[in-house]
Amino acid sequence: MTVAKTLYDKIWDAHVVHQDKDGTCLLYIDRHLVHEVTSPQAFEGLRMTGRTVRAPEKTIAVPDHNVPTTPDRVNGIENPESRIQVDALDKNAREFGVNYYPVNDIRQGIVHIVGPEQGWTLPGMTVVCGDSHTATHGAFGALAHGIGTSEVEHVLATQTLIQQKSKNMKVEITGSLRPGVTAKDITLSVIGVTGTAGGTGYVIEYCGQAIRELSMEGRMTVCNMAIEGGARAGLIAPDEKTFEYVKGRPHAPKGAQWDAALAWWKTLQSDADAHWDKVITLRGEDIAPVVTWGTSPEDVLPITASVPAPEDFSGGKVDAVRRALDYMGLKAGQKLSDIEIDTVFIGSCTNGRIEDLRAAAAILKGKKIKPGLRAMVVPGSGLVRAQAEEEGLAQIFIDAGFEWRLAGCSMCLAMNPDQLAPGERCAATSNRNFEGRQGRGGRTHLMSPGMAAAAAITGRLTDVRELTTEPA
Amino acid sequence: MDKFTTLSGVAAPMPLVNIDTDMIIPKQFLKTIQRSGLGKNLFDEMRFDDNGNEIPDFVLNQPAYRQAQILVAGDNFGCGSSREHAPWALLDFGIRSVISTSFADIFYNNCFKNGILPIVLPQEQVDILMDDARKGENARISIDLESQTVTSADGQEFHFQIDPFKKHCLLNGLDDIGLTLEKVSAIDSFEAQANQARPWV
Repeated sequence: MTVAKTLYDKIWDAHVVHQDKDGTCLLYIDRHLVHEVTSPQAFEGLRMTGRTVRAPEKTIAVPDHNVPTTPDRVNGIENPESRIQVDALDKNAREFGVNYYPVNDIRQGIVHIVGPEQGWTLPGMTVVCGDSHTATHGAFGALAHGIGTSEVEHVLATQTLIQQKSKNMKVEITGSLRPGVTAKDITLSVIGVTGTAGGTGYVIEYCGQAIRELSMEGRMTVCNMAIEGGARAGLIAPDEKTFEYVKGRPHAPKGAQWDAALAWWKTLQSDADAHWDKVITLRGEDIAPVVTWGTSPEDVLPITASVPAPEDFSGGKVDAVRRALDYMGLKAGQKLSDIEIDTVFIGSCTNGRIEDLRAAAAILKGKKIKPGLRAMVVPGSGLVRAQAEEEGLAQIFIDAGFEWRLAGCSMCLAMNPDQLAPGERCAATSNRNFEGRQGRGGRTHLMSPGMAAAAAITGRLTDVRELTTEPA
Repeated sequence: MDKFTTLSGVAAPMPLVNIDTDMIIPKQFLKTIQRSGLGKNLFDEMRFDDNGNEIPDFVLNQPAYRQAQILVAGDNFGCGSSREHAPWALLDFGIRSVISTSFADIFYNNCFKNGILPIVLPQEQVDILMDDARKGENARISIDLESQTVTSADGQEFHFQIDPFKKHCLLNGLDDIGLTLEKVSAIDSFEAQANQARPWV
């Protein structure tokens, strides 16, 4: 009799190089993604110890965090510190011979968008990157998570990681989503239920009809924010949609290797009687378009709700909410849909893919943003940008009054010149609403691309369903 | 990496929950290509005003805590990004241990790579240590990694759990890349076998 396993168990077992008596494992890493912010010290560490990159062919480097997204970036990066980091990645990538997409390559973009787009990310793989949103790749049924710079150096040198196995959590979304509700609303709503520490110590597998009905882009949005729920990784079992997405991509297997890969990928599902340490179930029909009101991703409510009061919470959260309302400039009882915004940011590894741009453009078509508002679209990669231009989406954004930018992380974390000023309030499709995240004193409300587009038109947080003609 | 064996010192109280890595070290300081020198920017936006002046209310600006070596913090400390700049900044400031009811996964792992001991204790024990921390120099906290204990100022001893491998590395200040490279033949044979089983990888 074989032991029933989860998808996580299966991928884990296929990658154990060595197991110590205490359970500590050496895990083999199939893909290592590298960007300019968390890698310079790791490459420097290799140099200082005379070590080399063990598997440069499995290592993929792309600058994304620091790069300007204005067209003049072809002339070089103005900020000296950003330039030094991007130049360091360039030097390290070339010297150590890893796969590399430089700033001005059309394939450049946010590392978590480039990996899947180029077919580097495949089902059943282990994928790591010095970036917490590596969880994104879990949408393919790959075990993918963020690591620190010391671990980046460890993977560069050994192609392995020292790991303790996490517990298994199942998050099931039953039924179908209602119109106007998206993958972003699923993932934020789950965090609203679990809290930002609810996933700590777990790998989450998302399943259920509503997950199966999502596109690959939507699944990436869901897994992307597994980390905001505290989980090490988020996973979705691969299916025909996954195989269809992967097939024909530059680094996907071809010919006989494709057939062999497909045969294995089809086994990558949790067994029916597998053991789960924790199970959370949400009804797809119960999920509403949501926004965040505070400074933690768990501070999430349906757009139809009002700002809560500190007294609505308990323990340490009471003071945290008091602080958050003060920082956000909000009053308890205020309707979320009355909150006026200054800025709209559409982009990031959470919502910078083609489907996200289509969803926003569908709301904006033939409309204008509210006068005085600052609005920008930052496509997740050069190829997403090109496709959006080809589909006529770029023109819709431009006609509406949006800035149409080049690819990068941009205002998601504001390491490049795209930042909020103190007190500036932003409707953002990114993943973190922490204090100062988008610029010191900046106020971030997280939401889906359609909701961000709706906010751009009205100038306040808005229920996207008010702007669509579909029956509710 | 410096060893961690025992530590006795002043702890700074930071009861706020969900202290994230953007608070610990804001992104504008991630543009360095070095590990050192980040202590002056630890908790930058909580510690300094827009003009770079110290905010007197912030705990690490108070005379009692300027030399603190321990933080006692609210739930889910270190949530957010994977930036190892967070433990680098703590270490550079002089913090060698953080005590909380829970830590975010990546931050927790990053601490061990830098000689910092993150300690998880139940809420009621963290509350007692938080009270000690509020007393500054008058209530020093002691930590012994070998025996896995934290001792409060009035002598109450709390036992904490830690993974044996992480404990071993921290007690001895070991470089885990060196340890892994001792297993290079196991990696070689895994790779050879995986190339057969999954040649497309």
